[in-house]
Amino acid sequence: MALPFSYVVRNLVARRLTTALTVGGMALVVYVFATVLMLAAGLERTLVATGSDDNVVVIRKGAQTEVQSGVDRIQASIVESLPGIATGEDGRPLVSKEPVVLISLPKRESGKPSNVVIRGVTTAGYALRPQVRIVDGRLPRPGTAEVIAGRSIAEGFRGAGRDETVRFASRDWTVVGVFDAGRTGFDSEIWGDAEQMLQAFRRQGYSSVIFRLADGSRFDAMRQAIEADPRLTLEAKRETRFYADQSEALSKFITYLGTSISIIFSIGAVIGAMITMYASVAARTGEIGTLRALGFSRAAILTAFLTESLLLGFVGGAIGLAGASLMQAVSISTMNFQTFAEIAFSFTLTPGIVAASLGFALAMGFIGGFLPAARAARMKIVDALRAA
Amino acid sequence: MFVPLLVLRNLFRHKLRTLLTALGIVIAIASFGILRTVVDAWYAGANASSSARLVTRSSVSLVFPLPLNYAQKIRQVAGIESVAAVNWFGGVYISERNFFPQFAIQAPAYLAMYPEILLADAERKAFFTDRQGAIAGRKLADQYGWKVGDAIPLRGTIFPGTWTFALRGIYDGADKTVDQSTFFFHWEYLNETVRKSNPRRGDQAGLFVVRIRDPGQAAEVSQAVDATFANSLAETLTETEKAFQLSFVAMTEAILVAIQAVSYVVLLIIMAVMANTMAMTARERYGEYATMKALGFTGAFVAGLITAESLGLALFAGVAGIALTFPLAAAFAEAMGTLFPVFFVSEETVALQLGASFAVGLVAAAVPAWRAARVRIVDGLRAVA
Repeated sequence: MALPFSYVVRNLVARRLTTALTVGGMALVVYVFATVLMLAAGLERTLVATGSDDNVVVIRKGAQTEVQSGVDRIQASIVESLPGIATGEDGRPLVSKEPVVLISLPKRESGKPSNVVIRGVTTAGYALRPQVRIVDGRLPRPGTAEVIAGRSIAEGFRGAGRDETVRFASRDWTVVGVFDAGRTGFDSEIWGDAEQMLQAFRRQGYSSVIFRLADGSRFDAMRQAIEADPRLTLEAKRETRFYADQSEALSKFITYLGTSISIIFSIGAVIGAMITMYASVAARTGEIGTLRALGFSRAAILTAFLTESLLLGFVGGAIGLAGASLMQAVSISTMNFQTFAEIAFSFTLTPGIVAASLGFALAMGFIGGFLPAARAARMKIVDALRAA
Repeated sequence: MFVPLLVLRNLFRHKLRTLLTALGIVIAIASFGILRTVVDAWYAGANASSSARLVTRSSVSLVFPLPLNYAQKIRQVAGIESVAAVNWFGGVYISERNFFPQFAIQAPAYLAMYPEILLADAERKAFFTDRQGAIAGRKLADQYGWKVGDAIPLRGTIFPGTWTFALRGIYDGADKTVDQSTFFFHWEYLNETVRKSNPRRGDQAGLFVVRIRDPGQAAEVSQAVDATFANSLAETLTETEKAFQLSFVAMTEAILVAIQAVSYVVLLIIMAVMANTMAMTARERYGEYATMKALGFTGAFVAGLITAESLGLALFAGVAGIALTFPLAAAFAEAMGTLFPVFFVSEETVALQLGASFAVGLVAAAVPAWRAARVRIVDGLRAVA
């Protein structure tokens, strides 16, 4: 016969301070564990969502980012004339030839400069990214020094807000609108007219060519056509793959660092649980003896103490998770090592992270409680009763 | 003599509990130290910079190059001693995972500006006379097992193609703050090759490192340099090397702040564990404390007893944790390789660790000591643990 659950709960309630301190320690560990995973998930989600599966990014062979890449006008035209590119509503192919550069802008709060992506786009560029919506102001008129800024940039950088001006390439550019790209990487960019950008930055060529596949499944054929063409020194990637690759290093770094920190921290919390449980067993020696004399089996005692410890872990995990879920309101802006550009992303809580965090908390409770519970279960009835 | 002995005996009443608590503190203090050292490593570039060096780059951003002829014009600015063009190469060695910084430098001028890069005379000569030659830091060479004379292929990401360099020397740092994981080769070689394949990109430098005569004049000289190129096609931004390095740190500040915050969370965790231990210990001994009070000891004495026990345990374990930090940091640096080129435990970190253990001991004792000091003799004698 098993000991009732309320017996377990009441034991924890009876020693409030100790229970609270142990749970607090575990909650902090779970909080760190969960926030780190949320950060990595947020970054991945932002960059993965940036790409669309039917879009293809063409950059120079060997270049890992658009900023490093260069595609001259002739090569861009060859790509543009390839068969298999979807046509837009206006009957023209959905191809955008884009110059992409980095400029350094001061942050609104600290005034410290950081690198921001400036992208020159064409009308097709907007059609290729339907997730981009103007939330304030209007689109820039082609052929003018007007730009629009992504939401994160407009909020985070000086001069990038609506009706403000940013100065780069010896010119003042008026921000005529702010766009929302649905929490994708484009939120961390400034967009303007492609030809204007080329002139201002004195570039002869583009950075990348982006097009929509008429038939999404024909990607491999298109890629072969581009990579086998001797006139082109380019490579093609699906846009989803392209952006996912860019999140790899930073999200791996965050995950590795965070997991190793959490594991080391958890040793501290496990020790806390162990101390609590040993004390709990020691204080109840007589009680355990009585229970055994009443007929409760060793297994029942073991289960009761393990449950108590698991409950400590569970409560700690739940509190830690609750704290971590509040972090979803916070968004982080930092430099992505791979693109050398600023990227804003928020903490994202996924069901996987909830499960992992609770599992982690229960594991801490189990490891911390097993030895003390085993000691309680192994007690001889006579000795235990005499100790009381 | 009686009091310290009593404290010591008390500590060893619950050997297992004391041992577990001490273990927790050792781990917490050691990981606090490692995290602090990681943050320090981030600032390593800025700390190793010299106030006599300035960096001139395009005012738009680092990805825009400057014309090579700017070097001549910068040299004419009053107060400037020498100028060297530098380019970030960003090549890939075998696979993307092997990251290390590579710079194309105007070698004689650059190395003269960096006396902390120590290179044997024979190797220096061999490097200067070989256009395709390169030098690498000791740590970098050790990581990939390079020896002088080896051919090192790099796949360019910014400059297309595969580039092969001959390793002509391995440099050491004058002290442990010098980054020994950088790869340098001749800027002239890069420029010649680029000019052949893509003439428009030739004769362009990523940035210029400038040495000034008087570090006190850094601000004036920087302004003079930038004024020279104001309203030109490529305006410049000149700042001290330290400010330049710090601007990189600032870009990843969010991560840095997170690591710092987390390094304090571990202290909170261990504070909870230690406070728990002290609370349990004190609760078990309420009867004893009441007895002592009945014998005439004051409440302050009892509180002092608990505080001394807590501080003793925290400091002892803290010192063990500090001692453990050094081998751990060495192992971590080994595992990270060239990712953290400069990684050592600073004196400041050790002082902070000591302060943290002291604080943990003090905070953990606070509530139990206060309670024990106030416990009424009758209640204490009646108390059951």
